[in-house]
Amino acid sequence: MYSSTDIIGILPEFLLVITAILVLILDLLDKRGETAGVVPLSLVGFIGAGIVSAFLWDRGGYAFYDMVVADNFTTVFRVLLCFIGAITVLVSPAYLRYRDIRLGEYHPLLIIAVFGMMVMVSAADLLLFFLGVETLSIALYVLACLDRRDSRSTEAALKYLILGAFSTAFLLYGVALLYAVTGFTSYAGIMENLRETTPDPLAVAGIGFLLIGFAFKVAAVPFHFWSPDVYQGAPTPITAFMSVGPKAAAFVALIRVFGIALDGTADVWMDALAIVAALTMTLGNVVALRQQNIKRMLAYSSIAHAGYLLVGIVAGGQRAFAALSFYLVAYALMNLGAFTVAMLVNRRGDGDYQLEDYKGAGFAHPLLGATMAIFMFSLAGIPPTAGFFGKLYLFSAAVEKGYVLLVVIAVLNSALAAYYYLRILGYMYMARPERELKPVPRLGAYTFTLILTSAIILFIGALPAGMLNLLFAALP
Amino acid sequence: MTIQLSHYLLLSAVLFSIGAAGVLTRKNLIVIFMALELMMNAVNLSFVAVARYMGDAAGQLIVFFVICVAAAEVAVGLAILIALWRHKGSMHIDTLAAMKW
Amino acid sequence: MPQFVFLVILFPLLGVVVNTFLTRRWSETAIGWFSSAMVGASFAGSVATYATLLGFDESARHFQQVLFDWIRVGSFHAPATLLVDPLSCVMILVVSGVSFLIHIYSIGYMHGDPGFRRYFIFLNLFVFFMLLLVLGNNFLLMFIGWEGVGLCSYLLIGFWYADEAKATAGKKAFIVNRIGDFGFLLAIFLIWSVFGTVQFHEIIPRLGSFPIGSSVITAICLLLFVGAVGKSAQFPLYVWLPDAMAGPTPVSALIHAATMVTAGVYMVARTNFLYSMAPTALEVVAIVGGGTAIFAASIGLVQNDIKKVLAYSTVSQLGYMFLACGVAAYGVAIFHLVTHAFFKALLFLGSGSVIHGMSGEQDIRNMGGLKAKMPTTYWTFLAGTLAIAGIPGLSGFFSKDEILWKTFSSGHHTLWILGVVGALFTAFYMFRLLYLTFHGQFRGSRSQEHHLHESPSVMTVPLVILAVLAIIGGYIGLTPALGGTNPFEHWLHPVVTQGARAHTLLGEASHEVGALEYLVMLISVVVALLGIWIARSGYLRQASWPGKLSKGAAYNTVLNKYYVDQIYDTVISQPIVKISEVMAQWFDLGVIDGLVNGVAAFFGWVAGGLRRVQTGLVQNYAVLMAAGILLILATLFYRVLF
Repeated sequence: MYSSTDIIGILPEFLLVITAILVLILDLLDKRGETAGVVPLSLVGFIGAGIVSAFLWDRGGYAFYDMVVADNFTTVFRVLLCFIGAITVLVSPAYLRYRDIRLGEYHPLLIIAVFGMMVMVSAADLLLFFLGVETLSIALYVLACLDRRDSRSTEAALKYLILGAFSTAFLLYGVALLYAVTGFTSYAGIMENLRETTPDPLAVAGIGFLLIGFAFKVAAVPFHFWSPDVYQGAPTPITAFMSVGPKAAAFVALIRVFGIALDGTADVWMDALAIVAALTMTLGNVVALRQQNIKRMLAYSSIAHAGYLLVGIVAGGQRAFAALSFYLVAYALMNLGAFTVAMLVNRRGDGDYQLEDYKGAGFAHPLLGATMAIFMFSLAGIPPTAGFFGKLYLFSAAVEKGYVLLVVIAVLNSALAAYYYLRILGYMYMARPERELKPVPRLGAYTFTLILTSAIILFIGALPAGMLNLLFAALP
Repeated sequence: MTIQLSHYLLLSAVLFSIGAAGVLTRKNLIVIFMALELMMNAVNLSFVAVARYMGDAAGQLIVFFVICVAAAEVAVGLAILIALWRHKGSMHIDTLAAMKW
Repeated sequence: MPQFVFLVILFPLLGVVVNTFLTRRWSETAIGWFSSAMVGASFAGSVATYATLLGFDESARHFQQVLFDWIRVGSFHAPATLLVDPLSCVMILVVSGVSFLIHIYSIGYMHGDPGFRRYFIFLNLFVFFMLLLVLGNNFLLMFIGWEGVGLCSYLLIGFWYADEAKATAGKKAFIVNRIGDFGFLLAIFLIWSVFGTVQFHEIIPRLGSFPIGSSVITAICLLLFVGAVGKSAQFPLYVWLPDAMAGPTPVSALIHAATMVTAGVYMVARTNFLYSMAPTALEVVAIVGGGTAIFAASIGLVQNDIKKVLAYSTVSQLGYMFLACGVAAYGVAIFHLVTHAFFKALLFLGSGSVIHGMSGEQDIRNMGGLKAKMPTTYWTFLAGTLAIAGIPGLSGFFSKDEILWKTFSSGHHTLWILGVVGALFTAFYMFRLLYLTFHGQFRGSRSQEHHLHESPSVMTVPLVILAVLAIIGGYIGLTPALGGTNPFEHWLHPVVTQGARAHTLLGEASHEVGALEYLVMLISVVVALLGIWIARSGYLRQASWPGKLSKGAAYNTVLNKYYVDQIYDTVISQPIVKISEVMAQWFDLGVIDGLVNGVAAFFGWVAGGLRRVQTGLVQNYAVLMAAGILLILATLFYRVLF
């Protein structure tokens, strides 16, 4: 029935599910609910799944009747997603204990969310992709509302759920329409049967609905409304996780679906996507200028980044996809890092993350200041950081394809964006604290995370060739 | 007049629109959940009709997955609603407006 | 030696690393001398590089050192390669040499500052990035250096930030530089997609397939120039430079006068092969440069902050350099860059010495008579002032005069007139500064007078060295008209004629020494002397006015002189001051500042409006999403149907 290639193809996902179940059992065995064991177990699960994923380099292929594709591209992002999961596990416990959130509930859900994202990147069929999206989303709804003492957490989860289900319905409708036109839900089948430049109106509507589903997942304008509110309300480690993981997974699927399978009908959706990209980055950056809450500011910043990333889909072609993948890696690192700092500088202790709290923090906490500087430089795209090189490579790929206007808008935007990123540094290094604030905790896990992410950002920013060549080799 | 595929698809589209309109206009969160379910099931109708039309079982299988997913979504949604009720004592959607701008 | 060029950039980087990790417990003196030694070693390396180049045949005076294969992805290749040719060699000599002196000076100037170590880390980092900028063999490395020096500049402007008012000034510097970077980045993208490479030596042979005045090359040049305008503080993006004076004075000397702000000039000279193919872009460069030269000089006339005067003067002198670039006299632009680095660094360090002696006072109205108390500072400052004013025999004369001559001989007569008037202004405001600061009577407070002292030798020695350079530095470019052979131009010749095909078209300036050249030179000298004379009658004498008035015997003479002064006052001085005040108050503060602040305010306002859309109400979001869905579907169907 199932061959060994099938099993090998989903081995990392399989491992994650096992880990989730084990964590659940472990939590059940302990009545007090303060099981410390779930943290190392989850960590081992993520690291194990990551290693197994890496091991599948050049060994995987299509599995389960072409439902799953475990090619090198999948491998790269499986590893990235496991990395994101592991980092989230590292930075969570102190925060969870502080906010009185049960570790044994949190960790299985987190693992299941990563599992959902891994299904999204390894899907070769819209049905499987849909299942991945829903697995991720449902886990995230629960994770967002775990901070039960805080009504904002519940509000965030409900907003996310209603808008998420609303957009998922459109995504599903898009799948149904494409199925009606082509008779397939697999990427390959759709690509085969949808090559005309002026397709069936039903197919056009299907493509449109699909685009909307994706736009919601990556928080593109005008489907971005959920993200600032949800980012603000969710527990901060989850916000960090949510801002990088689902975005990466959705963009991988966007490359597979729109970049490759629907490439034949690019004429139909290209303009709409380019407009969405331009609007997304502009709105994200402009509104971020006026934010006083760092979680909201980073939410708008990640909206803007979705806009830059969409430029890669618009440009299309190997170079753009490699650049897009590079940017996703860089983005994951810098956002995780920035949110880790945000977790630490919650100095009123009331879950309200004001930019004011950063005043004078740079000299008082040298490591925090230095690493935050690296993350902000990288987000702003200033060399020699990964963020700079990602933008450089991404935008030049778009210029090469002739999207000069879009790139002009993008570069103007990144000029604008630097203002609000560097404002944080201004607060950290050039202002004095205005009131007595709670001290910043010093924990090994945070220190490790900050140093690790900033070191990788600097490394792949200064020497990007290795990473880029790897991604080139991995492209489908 | 025989009922054709296009009729099913049209019905599905109408149901989907009714569901969407419900999400946009109703104020009770439980009714909004019902409207969301309606949207999902409208799509299911399309899947089934197309599968039947093409003689392809895959479409019908998809429907089972969708039903399953929709059930899970609503289960989680209702649980969160209970949490909301504890905080606010209300099911009104406009109570969800603490975070904005 | 070619294989050791990397040491030139390695030493400052070593300084950064060691200072960051190892010198926490070192004494101030040890940190200061260690950092200076690193830059000194870099200077020694630059000298050795120069010697190596000298040993090569004249036509082959360039080599590259591949450090490592930086980026090779698909068709794109950007190695980390250092390019050593006459141009970059001149630049590394100037950068490392001037930096070395300023490092030593800083040991004295920053003495006792709590951020002493941090200061030297930033300064070393700056030198590293600046050397990278001039040594990179491709646009990408250049851009990294470019951003790096900008970052260090930002860090050092904000070195003493404590109050919000200064923070806003730093923000302005930042916004303006981002506009410049925007141009530079777009230019790199265009270059990449047009030529398929970002390496200078690979672009040159590919230029053959483009016609002179090709629109894409013009676009590239203009975008690059936007970058240069931002970094080199040209009109209208100059606004950040006067504000940048909030940083420590040695930083103003090094970054905001001698090196970083000249990066734009270097870039235009480095990419002369592109500019020479874009006559329109060159015209723009010349007009912006000439316009800035006179505009900034006119603002400098009425400034009362010693550093602000020098800041506007820097903007103006950079304008002269761009003017030279604009008339395709790239070598002359670099020549002026070199002499300017000497005398402007000298002037800034001199002003730092004054501020140091005056316990932080920067307003020249509260100074006066410092000559007696600070003789070394005075004499070196005088040398710098004479040099910048264009007094024959000193460095500034040779380079500025050559710029004016090239402008005149290339047919830009209007720009030449602007340049000459700018020279008049320059001589005036510099001597006004000199007289008000060092001559007359002391006008400061008693405690300031009590503390007034000459700076320590660690500060005065660099001043003396720079003064010597400011005096004799011009002889490297002695033109045939003055009996020299212009070795400097000769040295740069291979680099600045890379766009040779275009160069012949633009017309080679005649090398024959004619009467006209002497006439132009004479006008420059007369104008400089006139400027000094006006300043002298306006400030030197007025300053001693009260003393003379009390002596009845001298009354008549005084009256007569007063008469002369009166005429001069209404005919020349008043209008100039009026124009200057209009420029400074209305245009500089009103229009340009208003524009920069207005842009920020505009975005703030838009953001304020847009964020109101985020009402927090789920159904509002859903409605907007639905509208988005309809719009996307409409766009899609529009594409299919029409």
